[in-house]
Amino acid sequence: MTTTVPTAAALALGDDALVLSHRLGEWAGHAPVLEEEVALANIALDLLGQARVLLSTVGDEDELAYLREERAFRNLQLVEQPNGDFAHTIVRQLYFSAYQHLLYSQLAAGDGPFAGLAAKAVKEVAYHRDHAGQWTLRLGDGTDASHERMVRACTALWRFTGEMFQPVDGLDVDWAGMDTAWLESVEAVLRRATLPLPEGPRSGAWSAGAGRQGVHTEPFGRMLAEMQHLHRSHPGASW
Amino acid sequence: MATAAAHKAYGTEEEHAGTAAYERAFDAAVAADGRIEPRDWMPDAYRATLVRQMAQHAHSEIIGMQPEANWITRAPSLRRKAILMAKVQDEAGHGLYLYSAAETLGTSREELLDKLHSGRQKYSSIFNYPTLTWADVGAIGWLVDGAAITNQVPLCRCSYGPYARAMVRICKEESFHQRQGYELLLALSRGTPEQHAMAQDAVDRWWWPSLMMFGPPDDESAHSAQSMTWKIKRHSNDDLRQRFVDICVPQAESLGLTLPDPDLKWNEERGHYDFGPIDWTEFKEVLKGNGPCNEQRLTQRRKAHEEGAWVREAAAAYAAKHSDDTKAEQA
Repeated sequence: MTTTVPTAAALALGDDALVLSHRLGEWAGHAPVLEEEVALANIALDLLGQARVLLSTVGDEDELAYLREERAFRNLQLVEQPNGDFAHTIVRQLYFSAYQHLLYSQLAAGDGPFAGLAAKAVKEVAYHRDHAGQWTLRLGDGTDASHERMVRACTALWRFTGEMFQPVDGLDVDWAGMDTAWLESVEAVLRRATLPLPEGPRSGAWSAGAGRQGVHTEPFGRMLAEMQHLHRSHPGASW
Repeated sequence: MATAAAHKAYGTEEEHAGTAAYERAFDAAVAADGRIEPRDWMPDAYRATLVRQMAQHAHSEIIGMQPEANWITRAPSLRRKAILMAKVQDEAGHGLYLYSAAETLGTSREELLDKLHSGRQKYSSIFNYPTLTWADVGAIGWLVDGAAITNQVPLCRCSYGPYARAMVRICKEESFHQRQGYELLLALSRGTPEQHAMAQDAVDRWWWPSLMMFGPPDDESAHSAQSMTWKIKRHSNDDLRQRFVDICVPQAESLGLTLPDPDLKWNEERGHYDFGPIDWTEFKEVLKGNGPCNEQRLTQRRKAHEEGAWVREAAAAYAAKHSDDTKAEQA
């Protein structure tokens, strides 16, 4: 494939994967059960692998990850949201993996510059979606306490889901069709998990421009401060 | 639990002479380097020793995730971050194999975790030291994993089958981690002066605690003699420690780093490196709970467990509901 890689698109997809991977990495040593230490790290590693491929197509992966300022990142606000409790992490995974699966399926089916990466990644993402779906069922239909936590998490993150379907330059996909398919798939999982579909708006004034335009939420700056500190403390060093 | 109960019932129903015959068969199998399997008869003390050792090993894997996970979010390159995340994930995996192997002796993971959380079972004291800089990730890989491998390779021939088999897989991964740690330190040692200093500082802090990982000197080691007879243990603490020192000295030279021991020198006569005295007072203090991070490690472990209780309860409740559904469908 000789098509040139559209920078905005590579950054959007790469930053989503990079940032979510980082958040999942924060769980290490804190997961509720040993099997989830393995699973969350596995998902984080898949995403980090995707991020490295994507960022490397448009520059040096480390310069892009460690030397950009917050406003230059193009990830969705959803993926930068703090882990919260396990319910929040699972709902963030549910929302994002459903989106990423639809997006990568379309990219894999096309002949654009991301078709190869998407074809490989979509298999990984199918597992991420399944993992999130299984936990949504257990937590939604588990105990009253877990159900309550899931309702809160679904509602809290709902307002970050509209942004996912704003078209990204360079990605030739059916955004409106994906939005509809996403809503159907998430609604189906929530219904099986006895969870109500959140009622609030999926985007609004708070997300004006949003992550794809480099407008992020407050916790993101702190995340980057931690992530970039060591690299920036030794300019020019190699590791 | 079922396995232990079955063994007990089986044993008590036998004549005394029968038990003695089992014991002779067990001793003969061990002496002939055979493998003891979960369904085989074994002395209660053998079982208890294995549970203690395997539990301590499993606990060390999961507590050992903490000092390294401390650097996942600050790893200075994406390549290093991927390596570190994969390593910490491997440790969780090792914990899983070992808790599962311990379950074959009739104990449960919950029971063992409860003993860890209440301080009734130990984990390796090495993890009570802090990871203060990025270079500590390399020093842990090179020295701590290196010492662990020296200890663990002989366990691949341990008399208890499930433990020996778990160790084969674990040692392969540990040896990978050891090389990654070495390579990390090499990059720092050959990097900027600041990076080199960071690597040297880490080696200075981790060297002596790594030597303590082999346990007290042979004449003070409480469990050694019996474990050697049972072939749970194959070499003495001091022999393994010497083997480790002999491996590390030339590696330190290749790294361009020094080991913090003025007494370290080749002894032609012995064919080994001599090394200085170990501060066993520090060892005992850390073992007693007075190390730099004992409190912190156990507190974080308990916190993760307690904060995860609602998740485990939900999973159990869902499984119970699901099983009722299945029964209802079948009825």
